[in-house]
Amino acid sequence: MAVAVGCRARPGKSRDNKTGSWRVFKPVFDHEKCSKCGMCRTLCPEGCIHEDAGGFFDPDYSFCKGCGLCATECPKEAITMKLEEK
Amino acid sequence: MMEITEGSHAVAEAVRLSRPQVVSAYPITPQTHIVEALADFVANGTLDAEYLTVDSELSALSACVGASAAGSRTYSATTSQGLMLMAEVVFNAAGMRLPIVMSIANRALGAPLSIWNDMQDSIAMRDSGWLQFYAEDNQEATDLHFLAYKVAEDATIQLPAFVCFDGFILSHTYEPIDMLTQEQVDQYLPAYNPAEKLDAKDPMSFGMYATPDYYMEFRYEMDEAQKRAKDVIAKYGKEFGTLFGRDYSALVEGYQLADAETAIIAMGSICGTVKDAIDEMRAAGKKVGLLKIRVFRPFPYEEIKKALAHVQRIAVLDKNISLGAKGGATAIEVRDAMYGSTIPVKGYVLGLGGRDIRKKDIKEIVSLCENGAGDQFYGLRKELI
Repeated sequence: MAVAVGCRARPGKSRDNKTGSWRVFKPVFDHEKCSKCGMCRTLCPEGCIHEDAGGFFDPDYSFCKGCGLCATECPKEAITMKLEEK
Repeated sequence: MMEITEGSHAVAEAVRLSRPQVVSAYPITPQTHIVEALADFVANGTLDAEYLTVDSELSALSACVGASAAGSRTYSATTSQGLMLMAEVVFNAAGMRLPIVMSIANRALGAPLSIWNDMQDSIAMRDSGWLQFYAEDNQEATDLHFLAYKVAEDATIQLPAFVCFDGFILSHTYEPIDMLTQEQVDQYLPAYNPAEKLDAKDPMSFGMYATPDYYMEFRYEMDEAQKRAKDVIAKYGKEFGTLFGRDYSALVEGYQLADAETAIIAMGSICGTVKDAIDEMRAAGKKVGLLKIRVFRPFPYEEIKKALAHVQRIAVLDKNISLGAKGGATAIEVRDAMYGSTIPVKGYVLGLGGRDIRKKDIKEIVSLCENGAGDQFYGLRKELI
């Protein structure tokens, strides 16, 4: 898709802006350790962590900027930040 | 209709005839007479526009950005320090692809403070994405405003444009001007009607941010639009000529070039002096010609190479200096245009801060060039160094 002339956009276009490209470290979620407390979803500044059908949580890597807040705050240390090769 | 008019007032009249809906400018010497005249037009009802008296040049161009994004034809004028204060907005206006037209009454930059003419101000903005037109005389300064709006607003271009004319030398000089009528301008320049604009009923954002994944493509598209502008200038410049008898289709214009051995390249009002000097040199048997650059952005690389393929040497006059580089901006770009050719290109930085350039100086430069001397300041007062 070609870029819009003058970087012009109609409302709601921020979903098209995949901020996941900013990420250097990627949070990897270990469901074996997870207690399903949901702290990661509550704290995620990007709002990109969602609960799945089984009650576990996973980030949407299209938008996760890799800030690491979820990994730091997880009471079960179930989230580890791993250097991402691009 | 022919009239004797001051350059600034001729430009103001051209702007009035272009029917801008928003004029936003801050007075600064030597641009002041333009915006004074426009303020009069709005006050006396001969120009139906919003005239914004702003607190600075930064605000002046910022208001133009908003008004242009909202779909208005907008105009501003500035020079020198005023253009520098606008700099951030200059780049943003181009990035948002807003066809603002701004007159630059070319003036030197401080420090030291100088209100006199050279072209350092607009040349310093050469990488901003604005189209840059340079006028030799006030007729050209007048006409180029119509062309600038026409090209800038073309859907395939959507870039803002400077119309540059030398401060004082042109802005404060009275010359006979063949001024178009309102009917003629309306015929040439239809109302601005952009496909996209700011509208509360149909919200839109301009100049959003771009991550590293997207930014480069925006700059690429601007560069492509600059390149496309060559053909669009040719098309609308020719149309102007067909309608009104003055053809501006060429980005460069030759004078006595056909059999020239030495070619001078110059921009702006100095071209008139060069032509007079050439007439005298020709009478004395010297084959000298001029290639005037009317459009500096997009830069006419191919046109220069083609026009000068037959000459023996090239002398480039620059009323600007890219400090720390090899001379003025024009010489640097002409050398690039002539890359691969064996024709020597010599640059001469002259006339900075309003120092007079006379016919004898042009003749002296031609002699220097013939002797292979160049890439230097011309006219320095050695006793001061």
